[in-house]
Amino acid sequence: MSPGEYIRNSQIWRSIFRHPAPTDRRNRVVVMLTNFFLHLHPVSIKQQGIALSYTWCMGGITFFLFLVETITGVLLMFYYRPTLEWAFADIQALRDVQTLGIMREIHRWGAHAMVITVWLHMYRVFLTGSYKPPREFNWVIGVLLLVLTLLLSFTGYLLPWDQLAVWAITVGSNMARAHPFLGSEGPGYQLLNLGGYDLITPGSDAKFILLGGRFVGEATLNRFYILHCVAIPLVVAGLIAIHFWRVRKDGGISQPL
Amino acid sequence: MDPHPDLTSSVLTGLGWYYLIMCVMNVLWTVRSYRVDGQVPKSVPWIGGIPVAAFWASFSALLMMVSVAYFTGTRSPETFPLRLPDSFKDSFDAVTANPVVFFALSVVGFVAMILLRRIWIKDTVAWLLLNGALLFMGLSMTDWDFRQIVGKPDNVPIVGMLFILGFLTWIYFRRAVDNDDRIAAGQPLYEQEDNEKVLVWPDLVYTELICMVLLTALLIFWGIALKAPLEEPASSVKTPNPSKAPWYFLGLQEMLVYFDPWLAGVVMPMIILGGLMAIPYIDFNRAGNGYYCFRDRAFAVSTFLFGFLPLWVAMIVLGTFLRGPNWNFFGIYELWDVHKVESANNVNLSEYFWEWPLFRSIYGGIPRGGDVGTILIRESPGIVAMIAYFALLPPILGLTILRRFMARMGVIRFMVFSNLILWMAILPIKMLLRWTVSLKYIVGIPEWFFNI
Repeated sequence: MSPGEYIRNSQIWRSIFRHPAPTDRRNRVVVMLTNFFLHLHPVSIKQQGIALSYTWCMGGITFFLFLVETITGVLLMFYYRPTLEWAFADIQALRDVQTLGIMREIHRWGAHAMVITVWLHMYRVFLTGSYKPPREFNWVIGVLLLVLTLLLSFTGYLLPWDQLAVWAITVGSNMARAHPFLGSEGPGYQLLNLGGYDLITPGSDAKFILLGGRFVGEATLNRFYILHCVAIPLVVAGLIAIHFWRVRKDGGISQPL
Repeated sequence: MDPHPDLTSSVLTGLGWYYLIMCVMNVLWTVRSYRVDGQVPKSVPWIGGIPVAAFWASFSALLMMVSVAYFTGTRSPETFPLRLPDSFKDSFDAVTANPVVFFALSVVGFVAMILLRRIWIKDTVAWLLLNGALLFMGLSMTDWDFRQIVGKPDNVPIVGMLFILGFLTWIYFRRAVDNDDRIAAGQPLYEQEDNEKVLVWPDLVYTELICMVLLTALLIFWGIALKAPLEEPASSVKTPNPSKAPWYFLGLQEMLVYFDPWLAGVVMPMIILGGLMAIPYIDFNRAGNGYYCFRDRAFAVSTFLFGFLPLWVAMIVLGTFLRGPNWNFFGIYELWDVHKVESANNVNLSEYFWEWPLFRSIYGGIPRGGDVGTILIRESPGIVAMIAYFALLPPILGLTILRRFMARMGVIRFMVFSNLILWMAILPIKMLLRWTVSLKYIVGIPEWFFNI
């Protein structure tokens, strides 16, 4: 008995992989059903449904980039401190001296790439008419995931705390000030008042809620950090699960009827 | 020393590699052409009978020589001759450096893309277009100002996206035209041929694995080649000029030129997202589900492509590459001069209306005063126009030229659909009004922050 065979016949190995290697038809079917990571897939699939020229692989790439962002993001969280005192210095150290500082580069380029691949995935889904019945609602979930991807990227943009970050967020969050009814410079905010006192002021409007203050400051950094690292990723993970589940339940990858 | 050198040694070396890669691409294309393309027809004078591949071989050889020239020119970059002449750059900027021409070109390009689809999906035409784009990039890189904006690390993904988007759009039209012909001839679709069921292990899981390995390699290479940007530490006193939002929001920031923040920054993004979510529920066309096609979905696809390509991607390109200090428009070879002045003397619709000689003689000019009644009277022309646009136009359209749509969609769905289309159209309409009659606001009530 060779060492390889000995290992594959050991109790430990057989407790992890409950069947032989997927080298014959039966085990290739079984592996898809018994492996947690593979069971997202069906057992068999139409050949044209997985052709690269049909799918462009953009949805899968988006999911892979989400995993890359999660892994590199967790590693960066071990190092980065979201305070006015340390945020910029930590990023600078990541760039100049820190071992594995390239994680920041991968994280940033992966984020840009993910925005692009989400768009291209939607582009493909539209052009193949894959949003049509019975897949209407999964397209809606996809649009929500697009919004959350943009918000993830937007909240992450602030964290380096350099001129680029702070002013980009300032420009973006100034829009909240103009929110109809809820922004202190938006149309209709005067209508929300009690006994002559405005409820919507620069100290209580949509921009204030977004930034945790009147300007981009320490409270904003903390708020965006939590949104970026915890709140939005949790929601995204949940929606991804539903998105994938529905791909299967709505009839698998789209094909001519 | 020129503080803004058009060419430096490292630029020349980079371009040497650039043209070497282009050369290798075209050598491979030559091999393909030799196998597939055959000869120029004998009937063509002078060049009849020559293999088409000969032209690609010559082109590859030329690129090789250009590449060697760039590599060997690094000793004296100031005098290196292979660069864009200033006269070309100046005249190119003079013609193209304004948003009107940019938008007009993107719309013309969009229409041409759809009408000429049967031409540009051909392999050779597409390859010529790709080479043209690469040569344009390569030559433009010999300009300092172009390099500043295109070479910015955060902008590199946008350039990459443009090429990928072009390629994928090409694939789409190629497959769609193929399927259109098949449907017309009553043949099975491309997606229905060779469409046996295969096992996911190995056919799909190995594709995924290879894809993951290649992407990881790409990200690591990208991370090594380009440092993530890090500017000076944040300062609330030094405002950068221009202040730009993250690049994927620059289409929205560009809309701020034409609309106030409450529309461009809040209402319109919400309508874009709501409209995207509404697509499956307003598109009643059952054709084209699960395969590429164009003719059976011409309206839906054209509308979507118009919204995505000229109104989203081209606006991002405009906002990222062509907007400089004070959000002025700069040509791609133009220095970002902070002191550039653009005259903006825009007029509200209400001023046009009340100052019209006839009304002026009757009513004595624009009504003045801050009370609600006066404001409403003052802005009544714009308010009436907006009500007509959003409330009256849809039913009129639904009862006349779009009767077929309304009959199939039902009233509510048709109203949602037509309002979404009208919202999409309001941006180009406002742009045209701005450019032709310098219109500032259709409804201008700064007292209530209500400007349209």
